[in-house]
Order: sequence, then structure tokens, then C-alpha cells
Amino acid sequence: MLQTNQLKFAYSGENTFTFPDINCERGEHWLLLGQSGSGKTTFLHLLGGLLSPVSGAIRLEGTDMAQLSGPALDRFRGRHIGIIFQKAHFVNALTVGENLALAQQLAGMQTDYRRIAKLLDRLNVGHKIDSKPDRLSVGEQQRVAIARALVNSPELILADEPTSALDDENCEQVLHLLTEQAESVKATLLIVTHDGRLKDKISKQIRLNS
Amino acid sequence: MNILQLSWKNLINKPLSMLLSIILFALGVGLVSLIMLLNKQLDQQFARNLEGIDMVIGAKGSPLQLVLSSIYHLDAPTGNINIGEAKAFLRPEHPLIQKAIPLSLGDSYQGYRIVGTTHTIVEHYQAEIKTGTLWAAPLEVTIGSRLAEREGLKIGDTFFSTHGLDINEDLEHDDAGAFQVVGILQPSGTVIDQLILTAPESIWEVHDHGPASPVADESEDGGESGEGAEDHEHDAEHADHDHDHDHDHDHAAVPLQEQVDKDITAILVQFKARNAMTLNLPRTINENTNLMAANPSYEISKLFDQLGLGEQVLRWLAYIIVGVSFLSIFISLFNSLKDRKYELAIMRTLGASPETLFLLIILEGLLLAVIGYLLGILFSHVGIELIGQLVKKADRYGFTGMTFLPAEGWLFLGALFVGLLAAIIPAWQARQTDIHDTLAEG
Repeated sequence: MLQTNQLKFAYSGENTFTFPDINCERGEHWLLLGQSGSGKTTFLHLLGGLLSPVSGAIRLEGTDMAQLSGPALDRFRGRHIGIIFQKAHFVNALTVGENLALAQQLAGMQTDYRRIAKLLDRLNVGHKIDSKPDRLSVGEQQRVAIARALVNSPELILADEPTSALDDENCEQVLHLLTEQAESVKATLLIVTHDGRLKDKISKQIRLNS
Repeated sequence: MNILQLSWKNLINKPLSMLLSIILFALGVGLVSLIMLLNKQLDQQFARNLEGIDMVIGAKGSPLQLVLSSIYHLDAPTGNINIGEAKAFLRPEHPLIQKAIPLSLGDSYQGYRIVGTTHTIVEHYQAEIKTGTLWAAPLEVTIGSRLAEREGLKIGDTFFSTHGLDINEDLEHDDAGAFQVVGILQPSGTVIDQLILTAPESIWEVHDHGPASPVADESEDGGESGEGAEDHEHDAEHADHDHDHDHDHDHAAVPLQEQVDKDITAILVQFKARNAMTLNLPRTINENTNLMAANPSYEISKLFDQLGLGEQVLRWLAYIIVGVSFLSIFISLFNSLKDRKYELAIMRTLGASPETLFLLIILEGLLLAVIGYLLGILFSHVGIELIGQLVKKADRYGFTGMTFLPAEGWLFLGALFVGLLAAIIPAWQARQTDIHDTLAEG
């Protein structure tokens, strides 16, 4: 369901990255490992439709994202892909609940506050629904970011270094949450990391070499 | 959660910087609108009262003062003129003159001027009687609507006049007869709403010290009271001339123009037609008699030209404030972009197009402008209403905050334009947000 084919990317005037072909089935969990500078983040952003490749194809459920651009790519990304970044960022003027509603609205979905409340409950941050994001602890922010990535039931969930800033206990917990929640919406989960602690937890792995 | 709502929430998330921008904007808009309103309402008021008066005749002095005192009742009169001298202009047979309204000024009540005149003035301002009647006997008065409303005067009420135009109890003519209200006029929107109308004889009676005359030198702080014993002199005279009366001037047995030993203050003149002769008449009067004739519309347009400079200065001040508020909106939006760099990138990953981010910031600028505009308009209208209500002297200009000008609609478009202009660069900046660069570093 997620396939790449001869993916190449180049920053203007700099060296070209060539990425290995990947092929992930729906509902599988993958780890994307690599050292700093190996192009991990670039690969993730390509898969997430935040960057467009120079050449090659990225197919998600049959749609080649490399062929999409502009608003069509924006809409596709919003609707089908949930992204969790290493540091959680929110629209600070909005409450937690409103941030999730915004995610639905920007993806062109109906605002569904019942789903938002249920999702936040499931991630143990239901009581924070009316709080401003900057009032939350880092752990709570991470959970809300996961909830936001899940709110539109995407086919693909991408996580960029979700655990590298966390201690062992929290690392374990976040990984558990990610896999559990990805399963709940039957999404493919792809975690980009250099965090060695995750190597033993997820068996399907892609390694990037710089 | 649509984009407009999000813009709004972004604004109220930073209430202080929003408040600063809005207040500055409101000040600018309010000042522009206040100037427009004052200008328009003053202009209207001055023009309306000027209507149908082609020439004012009075004592020699400043022509502007004569016009202000006799048409607008704003200034002290230039002095008195002897009826004998002005007789020709008061005669109904005058070939050039359609209408001549004699005015005897000098006294007031609570700052409202008492005018000794003929019934022609009521007809001239197209005022209609609301209750009671027009004045007939001396000391009977018919009052303007605003006066009735503000001072609560009713039919049958009596009061003493005060010398001059100021409210000063020391100058009260309490030794002379008291005026009695016999009628109240309908509101007409002209200066007559603020006047106390009576017969010229009333003025003479109150001021009857020897050579019967109204005392027009209001600027002089004269304590005119005393010698109340002479009160009845006029009544005797009135009776003497009773046999004379041969026309419908029921308040004056003798035609005014025949009372050549008396004084009045000014005559408002309407010509039958405007032609070369009427054009030259003021000059002829000024050169050949002791009287002064003034062209009111000429004097008033001269005055407005002078005031125009002050208005220009105020207008520029308002534009400068608008300019500063423009900068304030621009800077606050631009600064907020720095803090919101990540959330803009996040919105992009959630499916927002660059145009959505552009629109988001533009709407923030427009919202600030609209709120500032509304506040400014509120401020100017409440302001002009308060000036009308609280400043007693301004009362006579009939200021009201209840009317809106078409120009305020244009002002709204202008406000939107300023908001748009202030937001366009920040909005473009937001549009250019590079998701990858922003999120890869954070």
C-alpha cells in the first residue's frame, strides 16, 4: 500500500539523495533507521508529501503523490497521512479540542467533536480538551499530537523521532501508544528514528546509509 | 473551526497587541469621521439659516460680527441703528426688498437670545406654532422648540431677561417686567428653535431708560438694571398711538418704521430679485449712510475658508494616526508570524494550502480594521452627540450623533484597504512558509 520506486531528491545545487525502494503493507509497522545526515527526515517529508521528489514515485493506496502538487497534494496529505513530529507544535490560540477540530476542517472533513473527545479519552488526555496546548506537559502534548495525527483515520502514520527526547519509561509508553493507535485505525505506521531502543521492538526495518 | 474563527482566536490570543492596534485605528477613523460630521452638520446648519437672507443691515462695525449676531445669534451685535435712518428698508413698498425682518437684540434668558421682531420671522423660517399663539402684547413671548425642551418652559411661565448673552444673574432685569410665554413653536431645524421671540416694544420696555432703545452693546459689562419706575412709559405711548393702526400688525399699533425715535439692532433683508441694483445696494448703503450692509453668504464663506485651515490640520493629524495604526497592525502581524512559524507549518501538514495561510493573516488584518472602524465610528458619533448634549453653547448648532454620512461608507472601504495593505506583506510571508525547512529544524 505504501511503495516507493527509485526515489530521488536534491536540495538546490547540492548532492542528490537516492532512497531505497520500500514496500509496506497496510497495517504494518516499520522502523526507518539511519544516522544523522543520512536523509531520514528528508525521506519522511517525501513520504508525507511535505517535499516533492526530483524523480521516482511514492504510491499510497494507488495514488502517486509525486504526481500531485499544490492544493491537491495539501488535501491528500491532510486526508490520508497523519504526521507526528519530534516536538509537538500546536496552534496556541486554540484549545486542544479545537486543534483537533482544525485538523478535521483543514483535511476537508466534518468537525466531529464526539470523535475528538473519544480519541483524547483513549489517549488519557480527555480532561485536557479545553486546555490550551502550552498548559500541557511535554508528555501530554505528545499524546495530543498523536491524537491529532489519528483524528482523520489516515492510512499512513509517520512519526519523526517520537521517542528520542524521552526517558526509557516514556519511550516504552509512547511506542506502545503509537502501535496500539495505529492498529485501532488500521493504519500503516512508519517511525523514523536513530533511537536504538526501538530496534528490538519493531522487526520490520529500513536502514538508510549516508 | 473555519479560517475566520481561527483568525479571530489568533487575535484574541494576543489581546494587548490587538487592543493597541484597534485603539490606534479607532482613534484615526474616529477623528476622520468626527471632522466629517462636524463639518457637515456645521455647514448644513449655517447654510439652512442663511437661506433667503440676502443682506443684513446693522450698525457699522465688523460685517462678520453683524452676520453672526443677527443670523446665527452667536456674537454680540455691532450696535444699534435708529429706525428713522433705516426706515426706508422697513417699508413694505421698497422696490427691491421682498421681506425685511427687524431685529432688536440685547437680552437673553439662560443663554437663549430674546429677539424683538415682527411675525415675519416666523414665516421666514417656516416655523409653525405648536401650542399657544404668537406674541401680541409687549412682554409676551413665543419660544423655540429646543428652548421649551431644554428649559422646560410652558405656556404661562414667566421669566426675567438677562442683559447680554451670558448666563449671569447680576445682569438680570428683575426690576423690569417679566416675560410671559404665550406660545411654543414646532422644531424647524433652524436657529429659530433657540430663540425667544417677542415684539420690539418688549425690548424697549425692559430697557426703557430715557431715549428708548434696546441696549445692543452686549460686549459691554453694563449693569443696566435700576430705574424700574419707568416701566409703564411705553404702555402710555402705546395707548397714545392706538388710533393709528390700520393694518394687521396686531402687536404694534404703529408700524415699526414710523417709530423713528426708537432703535433696533439689525434688519434681515430678502431681495425681490438678484440683479445689478441689489448687487450694488450694500455698497450704496455702506458709502452713503451710517448703516452697514453685509452679504451674509460672502461673510460666512470667508469664515469657513479661515476655519478650513484648522480642519486641514486636524485631518492631517487623523491621517497620521491612521498611518501609525497601519504600522501597528503591520508590526504586530509581522511579529506574530515569528512566534507562529511552527503552527503555520503544522497547519500546512494538516492539509492547509499556502493560500489558506495567506487568507488567515489577511483576515486578521481585516478584522482589526473592521473592529477599529466600528469603534471609531461609535466614538465619533457618541462624541458629537455628547458635544451637542453637554456643551450648552454647542446646543444651537443642533449637533446629533444619530445621522450617518455616505462618506462614512467610503471611510469603511478605506479602513478595509488599510487593513488589507497592512496585512499583505505578513500574509505573503505566511504563504511562503516552507514546511520542510521549518519542521526539519524544530
